Amino acid sequence: MENLLDIFVKSIFIDNMVFAYFLGMCSFLAVSKTVETSTGLGIAVIFVLGITVPVNYLIDKYVLESGALVWLDGSFKDVDLSFLSFIMFIAVIASMVQLVEMIVEKFAPSLYTSLGIFLPLIAVNCAILGGSLFMQERAYNTVTEASVFGLGSGVGWFLAIIGIAAIREKIQYSNVPPALRGLGITFIATGLMGIAFMSFMGIKL
Amino acid sequence: MSAEKEPLFSKKNIELITGPLGKNNPITVQCLGICSALAVTVKLEPAIILSISVVAVLSLSNVIISLLRKTIPDRIRIIVQLVVIASLVIIVDEILKAFSYEVSKALSVFVGLIITNCIIMGRLEAFALGNKPWRSLLDGVGNGLGYGVILILVAFIREVLGSGTITLPMLGEIRIIPDVIYSWGYENNGLMLLSPMALLVVGLIIWVQRSRNKELIEEN
Repeated sequence: MENLLDIFVKSIFIDNMVFAYFLGMCSFLAVSKTVETSTGLGIAVIFVLGITVPVNYLIDKYVLESGALVWLDGSFKDVDLSFLSFIMFIAVIASMVQLVEMIVEKFAPSLYTSLGIFLPLIAVNCAILGGSLFMQERAYNTVTEASVFGLGSGVGWFLAIIGIAAIREKIQYSNVPPALRGLGITFIATGLMGIAFMSFMGIKL
Repeated sequence: MSAEKEPLFSKKNIELITGPLGKNNPITVQCLGICSALAVTVKLEPAIILSISVVAVLSLSNVIISLLRKTIPDRIRIIVQLVVIASLVIIVDEILKAFSYEVSKALSVFVGLIITNCIIMGRLEAFALGNKPWRSLLDGVGNGLGYGVILILVAFIREVLGSGTITLPMLGEIRIIPDVIYSWGYENNGLMLLSPMALLVVGLIIWVQRSRNKELIEEN
């Protein structure tokens, strides 16, 4: 239990997808205009990460890893399918995103229009594939740990996009140089937040 | 053939290539493909190699999706697009391995980055799904080049200020800040090598671009 809590806190703050690894930047910068849209996208990302990471964990464990197919037949113990991991992970992610797109289109049409092209782009949001690849690299022991890691990364991304959206809503009232308004100042604010998040580096849980 | 068939390089088609280099740049205006712009711009060489491969993959996948656009059911288009991109990336990787092994070794880490590079799927969604193959090819080449220009610019600034060198493919590392300046007390700015600085550099590029081009300025 304590171990799971560690993984959760670590994946939110210390290994934050946005500020520590700079993954998922494109939708992060483009969709963070208002807190409301960011909340919608953030929840979609939590959902997709929370499902794809454990599913990909099971695929990795029981299909792709070297000797993972032993449960089918003993003669498969030398088979190593790990070169397929990119395609398998992407396929799982793409189908999940397609599902999310259908759900959002059906139940929240206004959110669907305001997210625009960035909803299908969750599929290529590097934070999602990054989550699966980090999960593979860090070799979690159980599927529970993997799902906690997936959820934690999603929550970290969610908090980051809410933070930058709140800053952008406040920035509207200040006198930013005209050419820097919008995207420019967001880049710079994100850079400064990234430098601030570096202070979490090296904390051991 | 219809009489009003437009020439291959009509003014509208040329704009598809020049637009992304300037007022419709994928990174600074459309906000696509930023993650890789942050990850590979510490040195100039990977930035150049990645730009070339992105131009290749982007224009080919644009053409393929544009040819298939009437047969892909809307519900499964994301999966189809990703399969096309992933297979093209694997083909590019295999070609590089066969014909220039050195480049392929340098590129190996970035293959995964091309698959999840949102500029490719962004252009497929926004352009290739609704346009003819030739126009999609031009759009792919234009956006790939516009992406490459920013990538190379950021990498140049970061490498010169961060390590005082430029690294080119085939030529290797060239020290361009002379030793005499170091003896006067100049130091490399190590901060430039950290990823947050890439964000700040792109932010400054956006500032310069928008103050020269007033129509891009946003409201808030």
